[in-house]
Amino acid sequence: MPGFEIKDVFRETRVFTTRSIVIAILMLILTGILLARLYYLQVIEYDRYSTLSKNNRISVVPRPPVRGLIFDRNGIPLARNIRSYTLEVVPDQVSDMDSLLDELGKLVKLTEYDLKLFHRDVKRHARFDTIILRSQLTDTEAARFAVNRYRFKGVELHARLERNYPKKESGAHVVGYVGRISSRDLDKIDNEIYRGINFLGKTGIESYYEDLLRGEIGFDQIETNAHGRVVRTISNTPSVPGKNIYLTIDSELQRVAEQALGDFRGAVVAIKPASGEILAFVSNPSYDPNAFVYGISTADYAALRDSPDTPLLNRALRGRYPPGSTIKPFMGMLGLKSGLSPAKKNSCPGYYTLTKGGHRFRDWKRGGHGLVDLHDAIVQSCDVYFYDLAHHLGIDYMHDSLALFGFGTKTGIDLNGESSALLPSRQWKRASRDQPWYPGETVIAGIGQGYVLVTPLQLASATSALANNGIRMKPHLLLAEEDPLLTRKVPNEAAILNDKIWRDEDLAIVNQAMVDVTDSARGTARRIGADSLYKIAAKTGTAQVIGIKQNERYKESEVALRNRDHALFIAFAPAEKPEIAIAVIAENGGHGGSTAGPVARKVMDFYLLDKKLPQENNPS
Amino acid sequence: MNDKKGFSIDWALFTGLLVLSVISLFVLYSAGDQNLDLLLRQSIRIVLAFAVMFLVARITPDQLLRWTPYLYGFGLILLIVVLGVGVIGKGAQRWIDLGFVRFQPAEMMKLAVPMMVAWVMVKKPLPASLPTVILGFVVVVIPAILVIKQPDLGTAILIAGSGLVVIFFAGMSWRILAVLAAIVAAAAPLGWYLIHGYQRQRILTLFDPWSDPLGAGYHTIQSAIAVGSGGLYGKGWLNGSQSQLDFIPERSTDFIFAVFSEEFGFMGSLILLLAYLFVVSRSLYIAIESKDSYTRLLCGSLAVTFAIYVFVNIGMVTGILPIVGVPLPLISYGGTSMVSLMAGFGILMSAYSNRWFMH
Repeated sequence: MPGFEIKDVFRETRVFTTRSIVIAILMLILTGILLARLYYLQVIEYDRYSTLSKNNRISVVPRPPVRGLIFDRNGIPLARNIRSYTLEVVPDQVSDMDSLLDELGKLVKLTEYDLKLFHRDVKRHARFDTIILRSQLTDTEAARFAVNRYRFKGVELHARLERNYPKKESGAHVVGYVGRISSRDLDKIDNEIYRGINFLGKTGIESYYEDLLRGEIGFDQIETNAHGRVVRTISNTPSVPGKNIYLTIDSELQRVAEQALGDFRGAVVAIKPASGEILAFVSNPSYDPNAFVYGISTADYAALRDSPDTPLLNRALRGRYPPGSTIKPFMGMLGLKSGLSPAKKNSCPGYYTLTKGGHRFRDWKRGGHGLVDLHDAIVQSCDVYFYDLAHHLGIDYMHDSLALFGFGTKTGIDLNGESSALLPSRQWKRASRDQPWYPGETVIAGIGQGYVLVTPLQLASATSALANNGIRMKPHLLLAEEDPLLTRKVPNEAAILNDKIWRDEDLAIVNQAMVDVTDSARGTARRIGADSLYKIAAKTGTAQVIGIKQNERYKESEVALRNRDHALFIAFAPAEKPEIAIAVIAENGGHGGSTAGPVARKVMDFYLLDKKLPQENNPS
Repeated sequence: MNDKKGFSIDWALFTGLLVLSVISLFVLYSAGDQNLDLLLRQSIRIVLAFAVMFLVARITPDQLLRWTPYLYGFGLILLIVVLGVGVIGKGAQRWIDLGFVRFQPAEMMKLAVPMMVAWVMVKKPLPASLPTVILGFVVVVIPAILVIKQPDLGTAILIAGSGLVVIFFAGMSWRILAVLAAIVAAAAPLGWYLIHGYQRQRILTLFDPWSDPLGAGYHTIQSAIAVGSGGLYGKGWLNGSQSQLDFIPERSTDFIFAVFSEEFGFMGSLILLLAYLFVVSRSLYIAIESKDSYTRLLCGSLAVTFAIYVFVNIGMVTGILPIVGVPLPLISYGGTSMVSLMAGFGILMSAYSNRWFMH
């Protein structure tokens, strides 16, 4: 071409060819790099990427089980699951959160607390997670939102099952409550079992029978696309609902006992002596367990925790009280067992001394009861007789034999946190206080004062042994469990705690004395038995809260209300064929016969008379 | 010199291109959710692109040589126009909309730049002297800067690359090459500050995609998962879960290799790479066989540029190169790039028709 210099065509071709070879080699190297990279990804690291790919698309959605229901012995629900609406937000789908919350606030009530929790949770979770904004929406609120749903992208209304306790305060200490699984719970539970479950039983039956009630979680394996939308369900494992539980509690009787106790702090435990079934289990004051389900506010919790009335304390299970004179029938059994003649009479001058001119252990009755045998001593609650008896039995014998009624040990009831209270002994005092045992301490232990402490449950259980020919059945709350799918009840077997170790004739003597407590002119609870349609065997008790100095008279009115004596009462009825045994403690109730006694009477009347009347009147 | 106006087809190259196009249709069917409409549009494009190839194949290398400066000048003007429109429109601008068709001047420059550099190179006898090399660089740098301004770094690099390859083929001395390499290495840190923030992020992400798995690292991670989980033989056509369930972004276009590799595995990828290698080798062979230096340089550049496309795309999908918007030639869904690509193959066909021994 014109303008071009003369070219050496062969030289130019050679230059190009040389360069082409270089390029070709380079190309082969690059291809080699790509193949090496592909080999690394697809062959060497295949397992890793294969797993990542599966994790990408397959997610497991837990299907929480329906928690078992709790009923009383007559099938009245004590804990149930009710449908509750929650408002949930996916932050990722919300463009302007502040205006969304403003708008929502016009439809449903959003408290400062709701918003605080919500903002906290939003920070803690991934943006595409669902966060609860409000729970327990009213029907009106749910409906109002449902109508306006189209305006709120990223907000969902969910119906969930929520634990509810229809009896509220009544029986709260028995049934307990569930609550959200806390970080502290997480250390104790098996995370595999609780995957997808947000609640667990915290106290009471809900806690003790957690494993029965919970059921098993089910899972859906689903395939999702990159947007988290479900493409198909790969497999599903259905959840297994928890077992329904029937309690031995009679919720009507429970209510009656609670009302009978009224404003007194204290406890009532009623047991069916033949089986150990707990009919009523009252601890007063109580609280509303529903407040705990979705998390009680700090202020409300502090109010319950710091209340001087300690509503959260399960007094029937954990309250430790001096038994006072209610221990006397059991002391009587010990005496008879050790060979005490029931006919032997002791003189009661109104006080007792171990040595001549020594410390005077006074009788509650000034001037004394005169000559009394065991029967009279129980009927009139003569302290001096039992001071002497205790002194002769000795603390070690008392410890070992009272333990046969279950004092000093846990009954093993199906509730967590039971107290074993305290049955003192020489050994115990040495071990715990490094002090020797003084004879005077044995003397006052004979009337249930001093170191000896019992729980209302222990007292009721011991009483039930007297009522059941000396056989102590294990107290229990579980009547039956039921598989909700098969609707077949499996009854809980009664168990014997202490088999018969007492002689029938001894039992007859003590029981007769207890009957005469309510059924004789000198009985300390004669007013309780005065108009009764059935015979009641009972014993009153009055336990000192504060010590009384020598030569000082106790004047009820002068002592501050909280220092008044505790009133105690144990009973079983009908005396000939006992169907119910009961222990009542009214804190600061004063004299057992006048405050605790009527409570027991009301409970027994309801159980033995009112409940049976409709049945008896029914011709069929 | 007399132009022999012969026209024949290199059936080997044609077959290679056809095979790749057919593969493209299969992969697109899977990547595009079995959308037949998408498939139809791609088929039309393929037919059109092949038509362009045959059309260009009829242009003789001499005609091409004559048109080269005009084509290059026209391309530069269009690039400036595009930039001007972009400034007015206050946004990135790469297209010229002619109403019935949208046209991307940068695509034209992918051919015009190597043509122009070759044109400059053959003005003096080869191997190219330093002044010629410098002139060649000027020819490369001007459009490259204009394209960077668009901003389209990926295309700019490819355009520059195609021009530089011509200079390399022209026998630029190794000494100059070494000095250039040294300069580039020295300027790299400076370049780091010149590139856009998102571009910097892409390079950083390359080294540690898991630092931001849902953000910057998402593309890299998901495509690596797709490729890796394909294994030796792949999950099977239409069965790639990463692909079918939307985990791979832009899976019909830039990331289509991830779909292919997931469904056909290492063996499939090997075959695809061999197919590409065949097309490149054949192109290089045609270049060597060309009748004059201009055609040789141009064809060599076209072959190498094609190879660079393949390497950059697969390198990006497999996570050894940063993410730049380079489609996989002939397989990815898309219009303009395929047309300019096939025009390039048209030039190769023409070179084949007018090859050395036919004189």
